[in-house]
Amino acid sequence: MEIIDKKDITVLIAGDSGDGMQLTGSQLTQTSALFGNDISTFPNFPAEIRAPQGTVAGVSGFQLKFSSEKLYTPGDSCDVLVAMNAAALKANINKLKSGGELIVNIEGFDKKNLRLAGIDSDQHPLESKEIEDFNLIKLEVTKLTREVLKESALGQKEKDRCKNMFVLGYLYWMYSRDTESTVQFLKEKFGGKPDVLEANLKVLNAGYHFGDTNEEFTSRFKVEKAKLDEGEYRSITGNHAAALGLISASVKSDLELVYGSYPITPASDILHELSKHKNFGVKTIQAEDEIAAICAAIGASFAGSLAVTASSGPGIALKGEAIGLQAILELPMVIVNVQRGGPSTGLPTKTEQADLLQAFYGRNGECPVPILAATTPKDCFYMAFEAARIALEHMTPVFFLSDGYIANGAEPWAYPTEASLPNITPQFASGDGTNYLPYKRDDNLVRKWAIPGQEGFEHRIGGLEKEHETGNVSYDPENHEFMVKTRAEKVEKIADHIPLQDIDAGKPSGRILVLGWGSTYGAIKTAVRACLDEGIDVSHAQIKYLSPFPKNLKTVLESYDQILIPEMNDGQLIKIIRSQFGIDAEPLNKIQGLPFTSSEIINKIKSLA
Amino acid sequence: MEATENKPLTAKDFSSDQDVRWCPGCGDYSILKQVQSVMPDIGVDKKDIVFISGIGCSSRFPYYMNTYGMHSIHGRAPGVATGLKVANPDLSVWVITGDGDALSIGGNHLIHVLRRNVNLNILLFNNEIYGLTKGQYSPTSPVGKNTKSSPMGSIDQPFNPLALAFGAGGTFIARGMDRDVKHLRGLLKASHDHQGTSLLEIYQNCNVFNDGAFFTFTEKDSKARNVLFMEHGAPMKFGAEQEFALRLDGLSPQLVKSNDYSDDDLWIHDQHDKTKSFLLTQMFEHPEHTDFPRPFGIFYQEDRPRYEDGVIAQINDAQAKKGKGNLDDLLKGNFTWKIDD
Repeated sequence: MEIIDKKDITVLIAGDSGDGMQLTGSQLTQTSALFGNDISTFPNFPAEIRAPQGTVAGVSGFQLKFSSEKLYTPGDSCDVLVAMNAAALKANINKLKSGGELIVNIEGFDKKNLRLAGIDSDQHPLESKEIEDFNLIKLEVTKLTREVLKESALGQKEKDRCKNMFVLGYLYWMYSRDTESTVQFLKEKFGGKPDVLEANLKVLNAGYHFGDTNEEFTSRFKVEKAKLDEGEYRSITGNHAAALGLISASVKSDLELVYGSYPITPASDILHELSKHKNFGVKTIQAEDEIAAICAAIGASFAGSLAVTASSGPGIALKGEAIGLQAILELPMVIVNVQRGGPSTGLPTKTEQADLLQAFYGRNGECPVPILAATTPKDCFYMAFEAARIALEHMTPVFFLSDGYIANGAEPWAYPTEASLPNITPQFASGDGTNYLPYKRDDNLVRKWAIPGQEGFEHRIGGLEKEHETGNVSYDPENHEFMVKTRAEKVEKIADHIPLQDIDAGKPSGRILVLGWGSTYGAIKTAVRACLDEGIDVSHAQIKYLSPFPKNLKTVLESYDQILIPEMNDGQLIKIIRSQFGIDAEPLNKIQGLPFTSSEIINKIKSLA
Repeated sequence: MEATENKPLTAKDFSSDQDVRWCPGCGDYSILKQVQSVMPDIGVDKKDIVFISGIGCSSRFPYYMNTYGMHSIHGRAPGVATGLKVANPDLSVWVITGDGDALSIGGNHLIHVLRRNVNLNILLFNNEIYGLTKGQYSPTSPVGKNTKSSPMGSIDQPFNPLALAFGAGGTFIARGMDRDVKHLRGLLKASHDHQGTSLLEIYQNCNVFNDGAFFTFTEKDSKARNVLFMEHGAPMKFGAEQEFALRLDGLSPQLVKSNDYSDDDLWIHDQHDKTKSFLLTQMFEHPEHTDFPRPFGIFYQEDRPRYEDGVIAQINDAQAKKGKGNLDDLLKGNFTWKIDD
C-alpha cells in the first residue's frame, strides 16, 4: 500500500456532543505529539452536556493540525473531516478543503438524522453534486462496533459507546500511528472496569485493522516529525499549563497555594487539575459562590499564602467588589479570567477577548490592577507564574487573562525544570514589630507583608480608606487623594520589572504593525509571516503585559505608519491605545465565539498595504 | 496555640489605640468590653487571634481589638474567615457580624460556613434594624415595624436566626444579650471552646434607631418573667423565684409552675439533643403573643469534623500516598518525547 508523505494534516472530527468526539480528538493529539509532530488544536463544543441528538446545535467538533513544521494555529480549513452524522457534516463541510478526505458514518445519515439536521430527504447530502469534490469514505461504525462486540457481556448502549474508538483506530491506521498511548490511556481510565476496557481495546484494534484489510483503501498518509527546537516535550492545554504555573509559583515562592473557586466554564479545569496535586500542599476550596471564592482567597492572602481565584467573565463581575478590597488592602492575589463569549451568560463554551475593559475598569473607585495575558496554551504556564510573581513581589491583586481558545487548545511544550524558574521573593515584615507601620512603603511603593501569627505585628486592615503609613482609618481629603495616586503609582512602577515589548516578526519600524494581545498570537503570526513572504512591509507585536504596558510600547507604536489591531471583541485594546497614547489604529474585530483564521488577518493586512 | 508569655494579659492589652466611634449608649460597647475581658482567659496568644468583620456598625469591631483584624466587605466575612482558617488552622478566628450583614447580604455565606463547620466563632450582633444606613428594617425586624423604609410597617416575615443556623447544620448555637455581661462572657468562652463553627447571637440595643427592642428580656422588671437561662443538665426554670418551668408532653412544650412538679419531671436541658434543642429555637414568638419565655444560653452543641481538618487530612493523605510533590516530575507529566540534534 502506498504511504503518501504530507507536510501537515488538519483533521476535524465532528459528531453528537455525547459521541466522545473530544476524547477521540485529544487522543489523536496526544499520539501525534508523542510521535514528534508539532500540534495545534481547537476543540469546539456546545454548552449543553447532551445537546439535542442529531441536530446542528448539538455538534461537537475537535480540530487538530499536526505538522512536520512549526505551527501557530490549528488551521483555517481541514484536509480531513470525520462526520458521525448529517448534522456534523452540515455544520462543518464548508471547512473541508476541495479534494479532502470526507469520512462519514453512514448510519448517521438515515431519514431521522436528515430530519434532525434540517435536511430535505430528497436532497441527501452524500448524493449531492458538491460532495463529488471530496474523497468520500463511508463507514458503518455502529454496525462494525456491534459486530466486534457481539460476544461481550456489555449492554447495547455501552457497546455503542465504544464506536468513537473504531474511528480513532481507523484514523491511526490512516495516518500511520501506533495505538500504544491510547491503549495505556484506556487502561488507566477503565482499570476498574475490565469489561469496558476490553471492549474499548477490541474496537480500537478493529478500527485499525479495518483499514489494513479493506481493499477499498489504497493509500495511507504520513507526517514526519517536526523540527522543533531540541528538548524534552509534552503536550499541554492552556488550563493545565495555568495550573502548573500556579503550583510552580507556589514552590518557587515557598508559599502554600490556596485556590478559592466556583465551577464555571471554561475555567473549571484549573480547579480540577489543582485538586489533583494536594501532595504539593495545594489547598483548593470549592466555595458556595464566586464572591465567597475570592473572599476565601483574600483570607488566605492575609494569612500569608499564595492566594488565587479563577473564573470567567460572569464570575469576575461578581468578584468586582472583593477585587477592590484586595487592591486597597494591598495584599497579593492572582485572579484568573478564562474569557468566554459575553455579555451575561453569553456563549459559555466559545472564546472571546471581551473582558479586557472589565479587567481595566470593572470596579468602583480608582482601582488599577496589573493585567497579563497569555498568547498560547503553553504560555499560560509562564504568564500564570508571572502573575503570581508580580502579585507577591508588588503586593497587589493581578489579573491573568486567558480565554476558551487557548484554555482548551493544546500544543507541544518543551517543559522547564524547577531550577530554570526564577525564585519569587515576597517582602515579609521582619524584626520584633516595634515600629511596624502596615502601609509604609519601599522604593517600589510596596508595603511589607505581616501575617497573623507574627508576634508584635498585630494590626488591622480593611476596606475603608487608610492613612498613609499607619493604615488607620482616615477620611482626610488630602490623604485620600494621596493614597489613590500612590496605589496607582505602585502599579505603574511594575513597568520597571517586566520585559520590554518585542517585535515578533518583521522590521522594528516600517509601514504596518499588527498589534495583538493574548490568544490572537498564532493567527497573527501565521498571517504576518505569509505577508512577509510576499514582500509586504508588515511587522507583528503581541502584548502580554497590558497593565502596566511595557515602557517602550509607545516608541514601538510610533515606529510604524499604521497600526492594525485584531481582537476577538468589538474593539477594546484599541480604545486603550487611543486613550493612553493618543495613537489611532485600524481595528479588525471578530465576535463570533471563534478565533481568527490567518486568512482573515492576511486579507486585512493586504487591504492596508 | 497555647499562650507562652509569663506576664498574664488583661483586657487592656486587647484594646487598640483607636478611638471607639459607636454612638454613645450603643450596646456594642458592652460586647466589645466583654470580648476584651474574655480574651486573656481563652489561652491563645494575641498574635494568633484574628477578628474578621463585614460591613455595618458592629463590623467596625476589629479596629478596636489589639489583635490581627480585617474589616472586609458586606456579608463576606465568613468567606474571608474560611480562607484564613484553611491557610492557617492554628489561628483563633472571630467573625463579627450583624443581622443585615449575616442574614441579608451575607445569608449565603452564613449557611455554608455553618454546614462546613469551619472552626471559627461568629458573633452575630442582632439589633433588628439597619443602623449604619440610618434606620431601615432588617431581616430580623418584626412584621409591622415602622422604619424609614417601611413607613406603613414592614411586611417581611423576619428570620429566626437560630432556627436558620439549625437548618444549615450548625454545630454550636447560642444566644446572649449585651446587658447581661456575666452570662455573655460565659457564652464567649464556650464559643471559643467549641471545635467547629460557633454561632452566638447577641441581642444588642441600638439606642438611636431601635431603642428598647429587647428591653422585655434585658430590663429588670420584665427580664425574669420572659427569659429562660438554659443550662445543660439542669431543669428549665425561670422567673424571679424560679417559680415557672417548662416540661415536655411528648414533643410539646408546656409552661408549668415549678412547685407542681419534681425537678426530674421538668424539661431537663440536653444541649446535645437535636430534636429538643430545635424546639427551643422555636420559642421565638413575641412575648405579647405567648407566655413562653425566650431561651438564652447554649441551645445546641455537637462534635463534628472541622472543615480545615479535612483539608489538612487530604494533603497528608496525598503526601503519604504520592510523596511530597516533586515539581520536575509534575512539569514532565506522564507522556514526553525528545527532540535531538
